[in-house]
Amino acid sequence: MRALNCDCKVLENIRLNESICLLKAQWTDKDHCPKAGQFYMLRCWKQDEAPLLSRPISVHEWDAETQTISFLYEVRGEGTHKIAALKTGELLNLTGPAGNGWPVEQLLGKKVALVGGGIGTAPLYQLAKELAAKGEKPSYFAGFRDEPYRMEAFAPFCQTTALATDSGRFGHHGLVTELFDPKDFDVICCCGPTPMMKAVTKLALEAGTEVLVSLENKMACGIGACLGCTCHTKNNGAISVCKQGPVLKGEDVYG
Amino acid sequence: MADLRVNLLGKTLNGPVIGASGTYGYGVEYADMVDLTKLGGVCSKGLTLNGKPGNEGERLWETPSGLINSIGLQNPGVQHFIQHELPEMQTMGTAIFANLGGGCIEDYEEGTRLLNDTPVDFIELNISCPNVKHGGIAYGVKAESAKEVVSRVKAVCKKPLIVKLSPNAESIPEMAAACVEAGADALSLVNTFQAMAIDLERRQPVFKNVYAGLSGPAIRPIALRMVHQVCKTVKVPVIGLGGIATGRDALEFIMAGATAVQVGTANFADPKACNRITQEMAEWMDKNSVKTLEEIRGCCL
Ligand SMILES: Cc1cc2nc3c(=O)[nH]c(=O)nc-3n(C[C@H](O)[C@H](O)[C@H](O)COP(=O)(O)OP(=O)(O)OC[C@H]3O[C@@H](n4cnc5c(N)ncnc54)[C@H](O)[C@@H]3O)c2cc1C
Ligand SMILES: Cc1cc2nc3c(=O)[nH]c(=O)nc-3n(C[C@H](O)[C@H](O)[C@H](O)COP(=O)(O)O)c2cc1C
Ligand code: FES
Repeated sequence: MRALNCDCKVLENIRLNESICLLKAQWTDKDHCPKAGQFYMLRCWKQDEAPLLSRPISVHEWDAETQTISFLYEVRGEGTHKIAALKTGELLNLTGPAGNGWPVEQLLGKKVALVGGGIGTAPLYQLAKELAAKGEKPSYFAGFRDEPYRMEAFAPFCQTTALATDSGRFGHHGLVTELFDPKDFDVICCCGPTPMMKAVTKLALEAGTEVLVSLENKMACGIGACLGCTCHTKNNGAISVCKQGPVLKGEDVYG
Repeated sequence: MADLRVNLLGKTLNGPVIGASGTYGYGVEYADMVDLTKLGGVCSKGLTLNGKPGNEGERLWETPSGLINSIGLQNPGVQHFIQHELPEMQTMGTAIFANLGGGCIEDYEEGTRLLNDTPVDFIELNISCPNVKHGGIAYGVKAESAKEVVSRVKAVCKKPLIVKLSPNAESIPEMAAACVEAGADALSLVNTFQAMAIDLERRQPVFKNVYAGLSGPAIRPIALRMVHQVCKTVKVPVIGLGGIATGRDALEFIMAGATAVQVGTANFADPKACNRITQEMAEWMDKNSVKTLEEIRGCCL
């Protein structure tokens, strides 16, 4: 399915803490609904305004009943600052849904661990919801630098949730990889900073557990047209993360 | 309502705006966002005879009103294009420009031969990619070497041949004249400007190849000057591009003498840019009682 480009109404844009925001937008096209792990290119500034490129943000939650998409995002630079300034009722331009998303059907009947680091937890939430809706409850392991967010939101859809922080002020003092044994799972779905995804991939492969990672390469078009986001994979050559990804096999990326 | 159709080398294009090579995929990626039948055409990604995986490392870098890219002509090769991407492009309902990128002269010749017997409407010879060592930039800088490659390709080419010039040429007017003398049926310009960025924290150049290509509104006034110079120098049709993001930008290139325009980087900021720019051109023309582009083309020469 190809991407669409629409102006969408902002329903809510709230700050969860100093740098994390949650934005809800109305997506009206019923024929192009997003799936867990897909993303959109976001823009709420004119085409001739900086930054030049729109910003890719994952679908955090999709509510088919109300046709609303939530984005959980970290305010980093100019683009996300502008998105954070959006008020209810204002318009947000979305291009998408883009990318392959998590292979939910292939995860059914398997023991699944969701492993997230910081804002990398964003694309895991809709996955947890979709798995739970099919009667499968994954385990959730999250790592944060300090104060965590959205932990409680995952709880109803997960068998267990566990938390690690660098600061030690919340949960386990240490790394997210210390929270679980990959041997206990059939598949690990992982998103977070590159060093974390590398470490999780290594541990999973050593344990013989399948691992899927969601990449965050820089993107210009988000629809497979510019080849700016290419990942040179081990087994599948040069692939466009925005189209054949962002969800890829860990061994193909880091193996 | 103004008539925006354009005659390019005997073929009528549906509009004056063409999707620029490397920014428009193979056209179909935009099919659900853009009415492709309103475009003048779509240029394929730069094709090389045997395909390329493209460059390692950073590929995109934003600058004020610009974008530096180091893609490195990633493409599946001419054969693969003919079998897989071209049939998709044929569904677009607009003209197909096959952008043929470099290697050695023999590769250009062989690629041209393969494209001869396909439904491609035009061949756009890219002698100007700054991002691969043998991507043709060598041919794009010196008029003498451009002349050689263009005449050799022209000798085997059965399609209308457009030569895409690099702004990094030693002399743009000399380069344009040399390509036309060698047999180019039309010219397009500009490709990206060689540029550089440095990552302060790493104290390293951002790009593995150190230099990469700058595009976007930042280059527009220079591109316009170059298009103007070329239109003053040669008699063949010229396709103008470089930083075009609005209908007014496009009309500037037409007034500088361009037959049609291409739009690249602007598609990233607005995926509907090609349709919007065409619409904005029509609105300006209607407001100013200009019925065809002919009336204003080259009025600043
Ligand atoms: C498929 C995909 C899904 C994503 N999903 C989310 C999400 O759900 N929530 C979220 O907060 N972010 C997500 N990101 C990352 C997000 O796109 C970037 O954080 C954003 O583009 C930064 O833009 P900016 O203008 O605010 O910052 P900039 O000024 O561009 O950059 C500020 C800092 O962020 C770093 N940065 C920029 N782009 C990226 C990137 N793509 N990945 C990592 N670091 C980057 C820069 O190096 C710089 O240090 C996703 C990225 C991709 C490719
Ligand atoms: C990401 C990217 C990839 C490009 N790839 C090609 C290419 O393969 N062949 C080519 O002739 N030009 C290529 N170009 C150059 C554009 O076609 C165009 O000449 C240039 O970007 C200037 O136009 P613009 O400012 O409208 O983008 C590329 C440009 C960009 C930004
Ligand atoms: S971002 Fe353009 S191809 Fe992926």
